[in-house]
Amino acid sequence: MRFFTVAAFVLACAGATPAFADDDSLFQDLGGRDVIEKIAQYTAANFLADPRIKATFDDTNMERFEKLLSAQFCVVAGGPCEYKGRSMKDAHRALGLDNADFNAVVEDLQDALDKAGVPFATQNRFLARLAPMQHDIVTK
Amino acid sequence: MHIGPEIGTQGQHLRISVLALAILGGAVFAAPALADAPAPSALDNGMAMFDSGKLLATGGVTNVEGAGGGGLATWALITGYGTDNGVGVDAHYTYVGLSDYNLQTVGVAIGVMDRVELSYAWSAFDTQQTGAALGLGKGFTFHQNIAGLKVKLFGDAIYDQDAWWPQISAGAQYKATDRSAVIAFVGGKSHDGVDVYLTGTKLFLAQSLLVDITLRETKANQLGFLGFGGDKSNGYSTQFEGSAAYLFRRNLALGAEFRTKPDNLSIAKEDAAFDVFAAYFLNKNFSLTLAYVNLGNIVIHDNQQGVYASLQAGF
Repeated sequence: MRFFTVAAFVLACAGATPAFADDDSLFQDLGGRDVIEKIAQYTAANFLADPRIKATFDDTNMERFEKLLSAQFCVVAGGPCEYKGRSMKDAHRALGLDNADFNAVVEDLQDALDKAGVPFATQNRFLARLAPMQHDIVTK
Repeated sequence: MHIGPEIGTQGQHLRISVLALAILGGAVFAAPALADAPAPSALDNGMAMFDSGKLLATGGVTNVEGAGGGGLATWALITGYGTDNGVGVDAHYTYVGLSDYNLQTVGVAIGVMDRVELSYAWSAFDTQQTGAALGLGKGFTFHQNIAGLKVKLFGDAIYDQDAWWPQISAGAQYKATDRSAVIAFVGGKSHDGVDVYLTGTKLFLAQSLLVDITLRETKANQLGFLGFGGDKSNGYSTQFEGSAAYLFRRNLALGAEFRTKPDNLSIAKEDAAFDVFAAYFLNKNFSLTLAYVNLGNIVIHDNQQGVYASLQAGF
């Protein structure tokens, strides 16, 4: 019994190993470049309206931020883009963000994905690629 | 046979129901008060530790033993919405209506720094007409108190999407029942016992699927209501709990669970249990879980199935 359950769990995990962005299916399923630009735009607007995290953007050039966000989303989704911003670690090092901040960002992004009309299952494929960034973004 | 007088079972039921209403009601009134708090004050600063910082549904619901989990299974997730810098508390009331019995549980739990979970639950298992058939008296009720401790050991079920490993937690539950005379009569060796378990839970986010596997060392008969150990076996055995839940929306999960149980008593065969559930998260303060549940044979009645309803309130 014990061997069986452990084996079943390992198989379940192996079967669900995230496919890395060799293909652009997620990029296509999100709706391509236009929709990703909208997602970035809505997300940035949500950040500024969110009392939990808006102070983080007091000194941010939001126009540039939105473009970087869009490029990053596009790259993460496997699209034909290039992200020229700093690494997640460098960009967030001085901010002292905690998990509640990170999750606030996730909720704002989910709201943006809803607004852009991205189906929930597709949202989760996208979020699954972003989630490990928590390790670099959360520092306290 | 007639064992033990039927002492105040209605009173016990009433007490559990009143307690459940009081706890849930308290949460109802506390939640909006927190949300409407105006300028920061000492109270606000004190309440800041209740950060409600986890994502919706990632605190799970409360299982039959009062631990953070699904319904039958215990999960590795720490209950509530407190992050690693916060605290979350919740209360729950669960009703399980079976063909020939019903089970009610009320409990409270606290998750500290997303690391430690402490829980306490009071349960009542009502034998209804079966009590009369067994000579115990109609409505003869077994009661159980369960104190639980769970500690997250490593991994994160949500964030570690780039890794194969689940979040792993270990826990222990002390369970004590009344009705020692009946338990001894059916062959049970003790009215109390300790379960220990190891649980792994992982959200396969790209698949919108949450999977849990739990291994439990236990002597409990019918989750503990019929005592611990028996004439067939008085040792610990390894039992299995598993859940799989598909996330349909941020606030809705549908899934199924399976749980094996020991079979220690020769006069009362015990089967594995399973359920099919829907958990709806109104917000981070309230969730409602509805399930079809089948607990198999219980003493003299086979195929005990019915409805499982659980309300959780917290902040």
